Amino acid sequence: MKYLLMIWSNPQTWGHPIFLRTPEAAAMTDDERAGMLRDFEELMGEISESGELVTAQALADPLTARSVRVRDGESLVTDGPFVESKEQMAGYFVVDCATPERAEEIAGRFPDARFAVVEVRPLMGGSAEDL
Amino acid sequence: MVTDDLWRSVTPQVIGALVRRYRDFDRAEEAAQEALLAAAAQWPEEGVPDDPKAWLIRVGSRRLIDGLRSDEARIRRELADATKVPVDDLVVPPAYAAGPADHDDTLTLLLLCCHPALAPAARIALTLRAVGGLTTAQIAHAFLVPEATMAQRISRAKQRIRESGAEFRMPPPDDVPERLREVLHVLYLVFTEGHTASSGDSLHRIDLTAEAIRLTRQAHALLPDDGEVAGLLALMLLTEARRPARTNEAGELVPLAEQDRSRWDTAYVREGVALVTDALTRTRLGPYQVQAAIAAVHDEAPTAAQTDWEQVLALYGLLEQLAPGPVVTLNRAVALAMVEGPVAGLAVLDDLEQDKRLARHHRLHAVRAHLLEMSGDAAGARDSYLLASRLTTSIPEQDHLRRKAEAL
Repeated sequence: MKYLLMIWSNPQTWGHPIFLRTPEAAAMTDDERAGMLRDFEELMGEISESGELVTAQALADPLTARSVRVRDGESLVTDGPFVESKEQMAGYFVVDCATPERAEEIAGRFPDARFAVVEVRPLMGGSAEDL
Repeated sequence: MVTDDLWRSVTPQVIGALVRRYRDFDRAEEAAQEALLAAAAQWPEEGVPDDPKAWLIRVGSRRLIDGLRSDEARIRRELADATKVPVDDLVVPPAYAAGPADHDDTLTLLLLCCHPALAPAARIALTLRAVGGLTTAQIAHAFLVPEATMAQRISRAKQRIRESGAEFRMPPPDDVPERLREVLHVLYLVFTEGHTASSGDSLHRIDLTAEAIRLTRQAHALLPDDGEVAGLLALMLLTEARRPARTNEAGELVPLAEQDRSRWDTAYVREGVALVTDALTRTRLGPYQVQAAIAAVHDEAPTAAQTDWEQVLALYGLLEQLAPGPVVTLNRAVALAMVEGPVAGLAVLDDLEQDKRLARHHRLHAVRAHLLEMSGDAAGARDSYLLASRLTTSIPEQDHLRRKAEAL
């Protein structure tokens, strides 16, 4: 079954990987930050190799976002993302896993999960979940 | 004239022959693909050889040897490994590998592709590729992933086989039943993937249900006395028989009870019933045979009202002993409701509430809704149908559940 993993984060500056730009990461030692990076690269390697990773995208700064609304035939484009919150979507990954537990396990291994949130959402149109 | 069927059926035979000779599954699979490509390029101009398979094996062998020669370090390792091969392996094949070489190669290949060291997704990909003869692109398309992702899965699967030290030969006789169960499970997964995807999907996807049936037929031909292989084939045929009635003109899902049975494939029903009847009388009982028997009871009922629910209930009871699981229990709850009334069925569901996995699964709520509807609780049924519709990830199923809710 396929799942969308969304990284929601509130970094101090925008850049990838996002988890290195958080206040929590700033408070860490160089070794601890290097450890997080290693964990992330290991995760990416693992899910690429297993064929579980379908797609991965890093998103640009929310400052570059534009929200488009069309009301009464008139197009209104405002600067900024739709969701006005501290946490913004930093990137997304689509994984194809055997179980929802595996999708959650993968989500939990993103370093972002330690100080932010990784949302896991099943995609529609998938195969029936084997119970 | 080389038909698509010829390509597909010759693939496992060529791979089998190459693996037998060179004992390297990874290289054999690649060499076979290269030989097929060469044939596709040369035969239209030069004509199809008298013995296409021998041609492919010859060309594949040359490619394989060229591949070995070009990598010195690997040659040294191959030679070192070759000296470790027991003398027996070089001389006489094991007794259970006797028989038509082609047939045994396909079965051996099937067992190898479904090796326990591989993840289920990897087994599926490798089986469809090496035994099914499908291209990576076709398999990727069927499973809705990018081709590169599928290529990665296949390549990783072959690597895992190499790392696990699995060899191209029949497993020890004691291991065969368990290994065969893995194969049947893979074929079952391919079938259910195709079954789920069949409603409202794009035209050019390889028909996975047809592929699953084809491979299971092959397995049945190779192992005609195995009850579970026959059972699985019967189950697939009896399920597939209903496909023409499963969606209406508007592309909407039609549940079993409401299907126009005149649209069912009678040939498939006949074949499926014959297979399961034969298996049940001759061989040891297994879960696929029981599931096929249940499907046979449904498929033999001229109308939904004439379904022998007592038999269905008894069979689910049996299935719960052989292969217990939440889906079996859910289905048994439905059968129980049909025999003893909805309250009895709902009581079974209450027991299932404890299972956390089920609480978030649409099936539990869909069945509860159905039973509540039967018992006259329209409001409760509507709530459950709506919840089920929100939890399912199948669009046709979602539409169906919403319609059921709105009808109340």
